[in-house]
Amino acid sequence: MSRLGKYTRRAFLGLGVAAAGGLAVGYYFYQKPYANPLDAKKAEGETPFNPYVMIDADNTITIIAPRAEMGQGVHTTLAALVAEELEVPLEQVKVEHGPSSPAYFNAALLEDGTPFPFYDESVLAELARGSMKIVAKFLGINATGGSTSTTDAFVKMREAGYAARYVLIKAAEEHFGTTKDNLIVADATITEKSSGKSVTYGELASKAVAISPPTEMKLKKASDWKILGKSQDRVELKDKVTGGRIFGIDMQLPDMLYGTVRMAPRKGVSLKSYDKTAALAIPGVKDVVEIKTATGEGLGIIAENTWAAFQGSQALVIEWDDPLTLQNSDQMWNALETALTKEATFELGGTGSDPEVFASIPEKETLSAQYRVPFLAHATMEPMNATAQHEGDTIYIWTGTQAPGLVQSAVASHFDMDSADIDITTTRLGGGFGRRLEVDFSLYAAVIAKATAPYPVKVTWTREEDTQHDTYRPMAIAEIKGQITPSGTLKTFDMHVASPSIVKSVMARTFPGLSPVGPDNSVLDGAFNQPLDAENQRYQAHVSDLLVPVGFWRSVGNSVNGFFHESFMDEAAHKAGVDPVEFRLAQMTNDEFMPAREVLKRVAEISGWGTPLPAGKGRGVAHVLSFGTWTAQVVQVDVTDETVTIEEVWAVADPGIVLDPGLFKDQIMSGINFGLSQAFGEEITWSDGEVEQANFDTFDAMRMYQAPKITVEVLENSPKMGGAGEPGTPPSTPALANAIFAATGKRIRQMPLSNEIDFI
Amino acid sequence: MYPKQNLTVNGQTKEIEADPEMPLLWALRDILDIKGPKFGCGIAACGACTVMIDGEAVRSCVQPVGDVTGAITTIEGISQGDELHAVQQAWVKHSVPQCGYCQSGQIMAAVALLEEIPDPTDEDISDAMTNLCRCGTYPKIRAAIKDAAQALGA
Repeated sequence: MSRLGKYTRRAFLGLGVAAAGGLAVGYYFYQKPYANPLDAKKAEGETPFNPYVMIDADNTITIIAPRAEMGQGVHTTLAALVAEELEVPLEQVKVEHGPSSPAYFNAALLEDGTPFPFYDESVLAELARGSMKIVAKFLGINATGGSTSTTDAFVKMREAGYAARYVLIKAAEEHFGTTKDNLIVADATITEKSSGKSVTYGELASKAVAISPPTEMKLKKASDWKILGKSQDRVELKDKVTGGRIFGIDMQLPDMLYGTVRMAPRKGVSLKSYDKTAALAIPGVKDVVEIKTATGEGLGIIAENTWAAFQGSQALVIEWDDPLTLQNSDQMWNALETALTKEATFELGGTGSDPEVFASIPEKETLSAQYRVPFLAHATMEPMNATAQHEGDTIYIWTGTQAPGLVQSAVASHFDMDSADIDITTTRLGGGFGRRLEVDFSLYAAVIAKATAPYPVKVTWTREEDTQHDTYRPMAIAEIKGQITPSGTLKTFDMHVASPSIVKSVMARTFPGLSPVGPDNSVLDGAFNQPLDAENQRYQAHVSDLLVPVGFWRSVGNSVNGFFHESFMDEAAHKAGVDPVEFRLAQMTNDEFMPAREVLKRVAEISGWGTPLPAGKGRGVAHVLSFGTWTAQVVQVDVTDETVTIEEVWAVADPGIVLDPGLFKDQIMSGINFGLSQAFGEEITWSDGEVEQANFDTFDAMRMYQAPKITVEVLENSPKMGGAGEPGTPPSTPALANAIFAATGKRIRQMPLSNEIDFI
Repeated sequence: MYPKQNLTVNGQTKEIEADPEMPLLWALRDILDIKGPKFGCGIAACGACTVMIDGEAVRSCVQPVGDVTGAITTIEGISQGDELHAVQQAWVKHSVPQCGYCQSGQIMAAVALLEEIPDPTDEDISDAMTNLCRCGTYPKIRAAIKDAAQALGA
């Protein structure tokens, strides 16, 4: 396990020396950083400089990358930010997730939740972003999501590296009795030019930590970067090709028991009665315990091994008390249709045009269409799991979580304890995609561990439990009406989206005491904040609670509205009789939309857009701005014998600054395949109050034989830094549907596309 | 109690006492503490649990341990000391893994493929590599397999 993991038992022993709380200088009250959590966790000989850097006497340098590593390469890039300024090669550092602490709050995550488009720099937008940042610090949310990790860390982790280097150089000046002009700093060693003598960072550490940190941060210019801007090997690459024990599911502790859960079909359904006789008769099954929490009710099975626990779970006879209406998918679609006929819940963006404008579009110039997307499961490769142990007054949890702070808060609240007494070790994640922002799997493990105390228990969900107890990407319907003038301009764009609210659902199960304030942007993300000139624009949300837990799914609302918006843009182009790329370029002429135009032009170039294709083949295009990254894609399909093969995908993405081109392109590629996977049949449906799909035989994703050739290019025109993990997903599905239209003339307006056309 | 059984794993003989119906995967992970093979689905649909038995790729999550008599190789057993297997080296060179959870199984499936077909075509790769990867690393897996085939002297 991790180096820090070893020391968790020493937590809060108050071993701290006065470490360089360097980043505090000049800040006031609410902007004062939290105490350095590494002070409490440090072991003998380690010197924590600030929450991100720890240097051992033996010159081992540990960088804390306090974001969940779930495949996006964030540990590598965050470490690179520190290493660049600290003047150490990446190969020389150890990277750890670090403890759960409010010091690692993610302001960018909440910032992106403000109801203003990314490019809107109006006073109001800046004000809202600023106040969100302060809220993030108060709540202490150190979460990983919204493709925000690098934007959040970009300045503060480089400053952490710089601050540590600064005090080390000061210490070296004292050590050699010289000035910094006579010193060379490289590879964690400082050499005196005149004498040629060297001293390592490790040897200077104890002296350096007492030196006052810099009051001014003189960060390197990008042109001087040695590590940033260049592709790096993942810091955990070797573990990932050797079957390393790095995931939550790989936890092994002395005297550990094993368990699984069998939960009610959804939140709101309770445990009425159960018979555990048959389960307890299975050799190896030790106990069955009740789970009653804010996220759900059910039973926990405790056993001597995971297999026995799974069998015990199957043998349970349970009767649920299900008072919920909306038992099947048809009723849920009806509820959304009804919501569309009611007054909107809220409106975002738009041009504020007189409502009469939208009601009086000449019929000949009108284009109307309705689009649908279903519920989707995250289906991470590593099923939900967590290991927990109650020991003394502390609950220890080891799990792959995207939100250790939320886990602390939820577990503390369940047991009426203090968050500080919930000790979380974040492992690497076998996929996250938003699922691991939830607290349920950690909470259930903590509840089961109460029964196994003082021994730890590792609670692993079956795949069936995982698929059927997800917090799903919401299903949604959009009705879009547009006006296309005879000259081919999209003059009016009126979009209504009916969907459950993710924020409402998450808040209700995570912070039952708090009610969300303001609109849930995610319902309209990928629609209201897109580059579009149209003179009259309106974006209205019709929120409808379908009594199904919904959550953040890679690219969130953009995965929904990207499909709606960009499918409609394609239909509008065809109605106008204009090439879809040309049409888009003509509808995004504002100066601030320049990055969108450039990615579209470039993707057209590299994909051979406009060049003739043999019969049965077609290309489709889409552009979505999400998480600050402008992303255009072209998909090429072949349709033979009414069966679609996705042959090739070209993507051009502009995140402003690319810190690691290799990892960035990997994320865009991954986002594309994650998005395209939806088309092949991904759909969560409900029947009699239960999810109909259970395992990969009924909820599958793209396989090797379906995987297209993918080319990714990056541009750096955008004035602000954007994310990597999610922006690849939204344009993929509309580009595919548009390509199928180009090849066949068949317009498919609902996901999964496989309901209307076959795929190989 | 269950009968004692010998398993040969990565060249070593290990004695276990387990329900003969227990899938090999759980015997490896929970009893023998060999964590390379991962649990993904339990129905042989994803391949995260792939190991080799006598050189053939097997999905250990549906293989009753009581029926296993051959030599088991897990990902822990394919490198020679510190030197990674050619397939693992190709995985490093192409920076294949993202979350990495499926990659033990992918690598084992690739090792088995190359033992059977030293110079696989694209179609061979598509046919043999049926393991699921939610990060969608397929293009890189394909490239790495071709590279490994070359390195192994195909």
